[in-house]
Amino acid sequence: MMERSFERYFRQNHLPHLWCPGCGNGIAMKAIVQAIEQKGFSQDNTVIVSGIGCSSRASGYMDFDTLHTAHGRAIPFATGIKLANPDLNVVVITGDGDCTAIGGNHFIHGCRRNVDLTVIMFNNNIYGMTGGQASPTTPIGAKATTAPYGSVDRTFDACELAEAAGATYVARSTAFHVMHMTNMIAAGLDNKGFSFIEAMVQCPTAFGRKNRMGGPADMMKWMRDHAVMKAAWDKLPQEKREGKFPIGCFLQTEAIDYDTAYDQVIERAGGAEK
Amino acid sequence: MKSEITIKTVRCKGCGICVAFCPKAVLALSELGKVQVVNKEACIACGQCELRCPDYAIFVDKEAAK
Repeated sequence: MMERSFERYFRQNHLPHLWCPGCGNGIAMKAIVQAIEQKGFSQDNTVIVSGIGCSSRASGYMDFDTLHTAHGRAIPFATGIKLANPDLNVVVITGDGDCTAIGGNHFIHGCRRNVDLTVIMFNNNIYGMTGGQASPTTPIGAKATTAPYGSVDRTFDACELAEAAGATYVARSTAFHVMHMTNMIAAGLDNKGFSFIEAMVQCPTAFGRKNRMGGPADMMKWMRDHAVMKAAWDKLPQEKREGKFPIGCFLQTEAIDYDTAYDQVIERAGGAEK
Repeated sequence: MKSEITIKTVRCKGCGICVAFCPKAVLALSELGKVQVVNKEACIACGQCELRCPDYAIFVDKEAAK
């Protein structure tokens, strides 16, 4: 067998990873390294920053310069890296709780500033690592250890949140649509500005089991049957949208990014010695 | 179609995703809960198992025509 080229982006001595059997994080992590490979980024000019949670363990397995930071604070750390050295490609890996709850403010202000980062949020609909508490993306009515009779909190749509807050690239994909996910991430890496990609992943241990969704393969089949490509979603009448969700690129626009804006400030202030 | 299936058993956690997505029922879980090839001849080298394996434990190559 020919060794796969993506293997060189992993820290081989740390594999197999510690995610549960059937966890979708492994699929999303492979999609990220394949997107990085597609774009031809080197391991020396790419930085992976992650927060805390199941998803954020990914930085430990990836052979780049990596930073495993405080809970919810991956985007501020990444902003610092990007401002200090704008030549680096900075990729943020975060989870649904890390990104929209604990780091919610950092997330919206990262979007607002349009910092040139690529943020990939692994959305497993639950706080998996801490024992299955309901997260902001737990679907309404779904069960969690903190919501044994079903969650009554309305669900955050992280993509709409990013759009509203000012991100310049917003997309969603699922662990079932692996190639699609790779392409969505690759397009995010291309975008100069804040790119947000929501990767829907299955959590068979904390979410699937509690909600009787079957094994990991059944959860992936659920994604296959309920995800609708953006183009088809736009034509779908309201009554047929019930229970389904759109995937694809929702927004791609241009706006001045934070590095460029800051360079202009330096210029206005009289310039700095290089 | 001749194919070559490689399994890195130490990485396999036996989640069964590859078994479920194989269109030709080539794969099954062993007594130890790891993936094994049970019907190699049926493999069409579509690579669905490799594509979705979350543990990078299974690889499929098309065998070069002899």
